[in-house]
Amino acid sequence: MRNQFTDALKEHNADYVEIHFEESEATRVICRSGSLEEVSRICSSGGNIRALVKGSWGFVSFNHLDKLREKAALAVDEARLASGEEFGFPAAEPVVDTVTQEFERSLTDIPLAAKKRLLDEYNSIILGSSKIQSSRIDYRDVKRKVIFVNSEGSYIEQSKPDIALRLTAIACQGNEVQQAGLSLGSNGDFSAVKGLHDQVQEMARRAVSLLSAPHVKGGAHTVILDPVLAGVFVHEAFGHLSEADFVYQYKQLYNIMTLGRRFGGKQLNIIDDASIPGLRGSYKYDDEGMRATRTPLIQDGILVGRLHSRETAARMRENPTGNARAINYSFPPIVRMTNTFIEPGTSCFKEMLEGIKEGVYVKDWYGGTTSLEMFTFSAGEAYMIRDGKLGEMLRPVVLTGNVFVTLDNIDAIGNDLDMNQGGGCGKAGQSPLPVSNGSPHIRIRHCLLGGGGDQ
Amino acid sequence: MEHFLDVIHSARKVAEQAEVFCVSSQETPIYFEANRLKQIQTKESTNVSLRIFRDGKLGISAASGSNNMEALLDMAVETSEFGDPASFSFPSRTDYPDVNTFDPRVQKITMEEMIEYGNQIITKIKKYAPDILCDVEVTKGIDSICIVNSQRGEAKYTKSFFGLSVEGILIQDTDMLFTGDTEGSCCLPDNPELVADRVVRQLEWANKKAAVPTKLLPVIFTPRGVASTFLTPLALAFNGKVVLEGVSPLGGKLGEQVFDNKLNLWDDATLVYCVGSSLCDDEGTPSQCTPLVEGGVVANFLYDLRTAALANTRSTGNCKRIGSGSPKPAVSSLVIEEGDISFEAMVDGMEEGLIVEQLIGADQGNLLGGDFSGNVLLGYKVESGEVVGRIKDTMISGNIYQVLKQSLGIGNKARWVDGILRTPALCCPCLSVASK
Repeated sequence: MRNQFTDALKEHNADYVEIHFEESEATRVICRSGSLEEVSRICSSGGNIRALVKGSWGFVSFNHLDKLREKAALAVDEARLASGEEFGFPAAEPVVDTVTQEFERSLTDIPLAAKKRLLDEYNSIILGSSKIQSSRIDYRDVKRKVIFVNSEGSYIEQSKPDIALRLTAIACQGNEVQQAGLSLGSNGDFSAVKGLHDQVQEMARRAVSLLSAPHVKGGAHTVILDPVLAGVFVHEAFGHLSEADFVYQYKQLYNIMTLGRRFGGKQLNIIDDASIPGLRGSYKYDDEGMRATRTPLIQDGILVGRLHSRETAARMRENPTGNARAINYSFPPIVRMTNTFIEPGTSCFKEMLEGIKEGVYVKDWYGGTTSLEMFTFSAGEAYMIRDGKLGEMLRPVVLTGNVFVTLDNIDAIGNDLDMNQGGGCGKAGQSPLPVSNGSPHIRIRHCLLGGGGDQ
Repeated sequence: MEHFLDVIHSARKVAEQAEVFCVSSQETPIYFEANRLKQIQTKESTNVSLRIFRDGKLGISAASGSNNMEALLDMAVETSEFGDPASFSFPSRTDYPDVNTFDPRVQKITMEEMIEYGNQIITKIKKYAPDILCDVEVTKGIDSICIVNSQRGEAKYTKSFFGLSVEGILIQDTDMLFTGDTEGSCCLPDNPELVADRVVRQLEWANKKAAVPTKLLPVIFTPRGVASTFLTPLALAFNGKVVLEGVSPLGGKLGEQVFDNKLNLWDDATLVYCVGSSLCDDEGTPSQCTPLVEGGVVANFLYDLRTAALANTRSTGNCKRIGSGSPKPAVSSLVIEEGDISFEAMVDGMEEGLIVEQLIGADQGNLLGGDFSGNVLLGYKVESGEVVGRIKDTMISGNIYQVLKQSLGIGNKARWVDGILRTPALCCPCLSVASK
C-alpha cells in the first residue's frame, strides 16, 4: 500500500501534495431511560489527497482507493483554480515512523457484552433514584489507524484510539424538568470509564436537587469556576483566539493578538501541549506529520505564543507547533487545540471563597461557544456564595462576556489543576475532535450571568 | 441495487427481516476566507447501513468505504443480541408522492461559475463596508439514496443541493461586529446576491451603538433570530422520541392550548425543492405534511417507524439518518404560518425594545424545560419606533413556552432560514434583558 501512495504523489505540478488514509472500527451504545436506543458497529475506510499550488489548497476525499493518481490530479487542478498569493512553504524534514498505543486490552478485544453490562450498571443507578424521569447514556469508542504520506518523503502510521462517555440524569416534578450530566473520555484506555458508580449516583442526586433550586439574579457577579468549567473557559474563550488560522487573516485580530501584549495578571499562565502522554488531545505527530509540542500561550499574563499549522506558521513567520488536526479523512487538517490548560497558582479554594461577600460558585458544564471576543458557556451546577461561605444550590447558569476583559478580571488562581477528558471540540464543521482541557479553581470579578426565568 | 438485494438475501438466512439504506454523496464546497478564495474541495462518500430483526430483536451496523457485506451482516448480528424488541415491520412496496428535489442545473454548474457567485457577494458587501472581512461558502451537492428491504419495499431518488453562506466580520480594536446570512435549496438561486443585500441591511442598522438597560422589554425576533432562539427547543419538544420518554414539556398536551392562538406550525417534507424534502423518509415511509400547532393547540408529534410503534401510532415519515448514524425521528422542514403585521409596523409600534437577529448560547441551557438564555450576537435597539443602533454585551432569557404563550405579533412575510425553517418575524411583548 505504501508504494501505491508514494506513486500517486509523484510528478504533479504542485508545491506540495499529501495523502491521508485511515481505517477505523467504532462501537456506539446509546441508552435512553430503560431502553437501549442504539447498539451499532461501524467500520470505515477512506482517505484524502491535499495539494498546494501557489498558496491555495485543493482537497479530494474518497472512500475507494482506485484511481489515486487521477484524484491527486483533481486536487492539484482545484488548488490551481483557487491559487493566489504565495506564502513560501518551508520544507519539513521527512519523518518515517510507526506509532502504536498499547493498553491492557484493546478496545476491539473487549466484548460488546462487557461494555453494555457496565453501562447497564450506571443506568440502573440513575433510574433507581427517586424523581428521576429518564436517563441518557452515550458511549462511543473508536479504534483508528491513520497513514500519512507526503511529497517530501514522510510516511507515518499512527494508531489513534478514543473513548467518550456522556451520562445524563433527567429529573421531573410537575412541569419542571432539570438535568445533570457527567462527561468522560480517554485516549483508548477503557479503565477510564470504569468504576464511576459513586459519581453517577451523585449526578442523579444533583439533577433532583435542581428541581427545587432558585434562579440566580441576572447581572454581573464575582464567580469562582471549578476546574472543569474553568477548563472549558480557557478552551472556548481564549484557546480559539490562539488558533493562528484566524489570526493571520484578520489584521485587526492580529493587532489585538500581538505577542508581548498583556492579557491578565502575573499569575496567569496558559499552555497547549499535545506531547503530554496519555490525554485525549495527545499525539506524537499531527495530521501534517509535524511533531507535537508544548506551546506556552500566556506566560506571566503576557501573550507569548499561538497554535500553528505549517501554513499559518509560514504565513506569520513563526515556528510550526504541530497543531494541524482533522477529525477524519473527509476533512482537511486545520489548526486545533490539543490539551489546553491554566497552570496552577498558589491560592487554595478556601482562601478564594473568603474574599467574597456575595458571589456564585459555578461548576461543571453543558457546553460553550464563542464568537471571538464574545464567549458563552453554561455551568451545570451553581451555588450562592455569601460572606465567604457556600450557600444554596442554584439553577444552571449561563456565563457570558468579553474574553479580553474577563481574562483581566481573573484575580485568583488555585493550586489544584485537574484535566477534564470529556466532550470534544467543534470547529469548521469538524466535531467532535478529542481534546482535553483543564485548570485549577479560578476567581473572576464582574462576570455576566444569565439565569433564565427572571420574568 | 442488485448488490443490496444480495445482502437482503443473505440476511434473510439468519434474520426475519432486513433493510439496506445506502447514500452516495458528491459534494463540492468552495471556501472564501477573509474575502479571498481559499479552498476548493471535492468529497465523495458512500455509506451503507444494515438493519435486521433477528430472533425478534433489532440489529444495526454501518460501513463506509468497505465493500465487505459479510462483515456488515456479522456486526448487525452481534448487535442484535442486545437490540430492542423489533416492534414494527419495514414498509412494503408503496406509491410515493411526487416531490421534486433535483435541479439538473446544480449538476452542471462549474467550479468557475461558483467562484463567480462568491466574488459577486463579496464585492457587493465590500462596496458598502470596505473594511469588512467575509467568509463565504458556496456548496453544491448531489445525493443518491437507495432503500431496499425484505418486505419488497424499495425507494430510490436523487437530490441536489445548493447553498450559499456569508459571514461578514467588522473588527475595530477589540470590538467585533458579526453579520451573516444563508440560503439553501435543491435549486440554483435566482438571485445569489440576496444574501449580500441582507448583510448590507444588517450593517446599516449596526452602524451606531446603542445602550440597553437591564429590564423587561419587548423583543422582535427576525426570522434568523427565531431560528437561533426557538428552533432547537421546538424541534426537540415535537420529537416523538422525546415525547415517548416522557421528557417533552408538550407530551400529554395533544389537543391543549399551549401557545398563543395566532401560532400555526407544521412540518412538511413534500415542499418542492426544499432541503428537507424527499419522496420518502430514510426508511421508506412516504413523505407528508404534519400539523404541529394549530391555533396554538398542540396537534401532532413527529415519528419514525420504531418510535411510532412504541407510541402506538403511525410514522409521520420523519425518519432521518445522518451519515452512518442510526435512524431517528427528526424535523424535515418546519414552517411557521405568516401573520398580518409587517415588520415595519412591528418596529413602528415599539416604544422601547430590541430586535434580535442572532442569539448565541440559547441552545446550551435546559432545552427540555424550554429555558433559554443567550448572548445577542447581532441585535438592535428600537426607541420610539426607530432602529437607533446595535446592541452589545446583552443577554436575553426566558422560557420559550412562557414567551410563545404571550400575545405574539406575527410578521406577514416569511423566509427560509438555513433551508430548514420558514418563518416570519415574531414580536414577543415581554422578555428579560440583562446588560452590562
